[in-house]
Amino acid sequence: MTRMPTLTPPNDRLSRRGALTLIGAGLAAPMMATPALALSEAKAKSLVDSVVADINSVINSGKSEPAMYRDFERIFSRYADVPTIARYALGVDARRASPAQLRSFTDVFQRYISVKYGRRFREFIGGRIEVRDARPVKSFIEVRTVAHLRGEAPFNVTFLVSDRSGSDRFFNLFIEGVNMLLTERTEIGAMLDRRGGDIDKMIADLRATG
Amino acid sequence: MSSVRSRPPFRLVARGLAALALFAVAACSAPVASGINDPYEAENRARHEFNRNLDRALVRPVGKGYVQIVPEPVQQGVGNFASNLGEPSHFVNHLLQGDVEGAVMNTIRFAVNTTVGLGGLIDMAGALGIPEFDTDFGETLYTWGVGEGAYVELPVLGPSTQRDTLGRMVDLFTNPLINTLPDPERYYARGASVAARVGDRGRYSDIVDSILYESADSYAQSRLIYLQNRRFELGGDSADAYEDPYATGTDPNYEDPYDDPYADPYAAE
Repeated sequence: MTRMPTLTPPNDRLSRRGALTLIGAGLAAPMMATPALALSEAKAKSLVDSVVADINSVINSGKSEPAMYRDFERIFSRYADVPTIARYALGVDARRASPAQLRSFTDVFQRYISVKYGRRFREFIGGRIEVRDARPVKSFIEVRTVAHLRGEAPFNVTFLVSDRSGSDRFFNLFIEGVNMLLTERTEIGAMLDRRGGDIDKMIADLRATG
Repeated sequence: MSSVRSRPPFRLVARGLAALALFAVAACSAPVASGINDPYEAENRARHEFNRNLDRALVRPVGKGYVQIVPEPVQQGVGNFASNLGEPSHFVNHLLQGDVEGAVMNTIRFAVNTTVGLGGLIDMAGALGIPEFDTDFGETLYTWGVGEGAYVELPVLGPSTQRDTLGRMVDLFTNPLINTLPDPERYYARGASVAARVGDRGRYSDIVDSILYESADSYAQSRLIYLQNRRFELGGDSADAYEDPYATGTDPNYEDPYDDPYADPYAAE
C-alpha cells in the first residue's frame, strides 16, 4: 500500500508523545523506571476486561435475540473506535464518500457488525474469555485473550487497543489470526463492486441486513 | 520443492527420520507469506462454485442431519477416534520438523487415548491436560523453507495453497497408521475421518453458512480467512516468528489503520 502524505505527519505524534514521556518521566522517575505513556498496557487490559465482562453479562442475561443485538451494539459503540473501523472497512472509497455518506455508513456499519458478531457470541453461552497479557506494538497495545467454549479447544482472540481517537478503544480484533478489519474491508469492497461502486445503494442494502 | 517431489514419499519419510538430528539444527522456516497471491483466480472461482453447489446439495444437508440424528457423545467419539488416527502422522511430521516436544506429546496422546481412551474414542489425554498438537506435511514443508506458493481452491477439499496441497497429498499417502491397517479397518478409519469432517460442517453450520452464503463474495472471504488462519497457525507454532512478529514492521496482520490515511478519520485532509 502506498502511504500518502498527510497534513499530520507521524513525527507530530511522536513529538507529542515525546513531550508526554518527558513530563511523565520527570514526575514519575523517582518512583518507577518505565516512562508513562498515554495508554498503558494495564489500561488496555482493563478495557478488554470490561468488554469481556459486558459481553458475558449480555450472553448470560437470557434476553431475546433482538434485545441482545441492541446490547451488543451499545457495547461496540462504547468500547470500539467505530468511526475508524468503518472508515477502514470502506477502504479507498472512504476518500470519495461525502461526510453525510460517511456518517450514515458508520451508523449502519455499527448495527451490521453488532448483529453479525452478536450471532457468533451466541456460541459463547456457557463459555468464558480469559484475558492473558498485553504488550505495546507500534502505536497501540495488543491484548491477548483465550476463549474457552464448551466442547471446543481453546482459541486465541486478540484485541488491538489505541487511544488515538481521544479515548481508549479497541479498533481491531483477531480470532485465531483472522483479522476483523481486513475481513470487513473485503466484505464491504465486494458489496460495493456488486453495486457498481454505488455507496448509497450499499448503505441501503447494509441497513436492510441489520 | 523439486527434491521433495522427485523422491517417493515413503523414502522421504525414512530419510527424514534418519536425518532427524540434522533437520533439528538445519530447520529454517520460510518467512510467513503476506498478501494474496492468486494467479489462478478464474479457475479457483470455478472450483469454488462447484464446491458451493456440492455443499448446498450434499455436504450441508448431510452435516446438519448428522448433528441432529447422531447423539452428541457418539459425534464426540467419532471425532476423537478420527483425530487419534492422525497422531502417528503428526508424530512423523513433528520429527521431520525437528520438533521433539511435539512428537513426544503425540506419542503420549496416542498411547493414552488408544488404551485408556478405548481405542481413541475418548480423549483421555485432553482431559488430563495434554491438548492436541496437530501438524501436517504442509507445515513440515514450511519449516524446511518451502514458500507458500499460489492460493488454490481444491475441489471438495476447499481452500489451500500450493504448498499445503502438496502437503495434503504426502500426508494422504504416508499416514503411517492408516496405510498399515488391513483392508476393512482401513475403510473404517477413512470413514471415521469423513464422518468427523461432515460432523464439523454440521456443528459449525452457522459460521460456515455465513461465509459461504451470506457474504457478498464468498470466494474472497474464504480465501482471506483461510490464508490468515493458516499463516497464524504456522507463525504461532514457530517460536522465532512468535517472539516478535512485528520486528520487520511489515506484518500485514498488524497494519495500523491510524497510519493509513484512508482509514484515519481524525487526520486533517
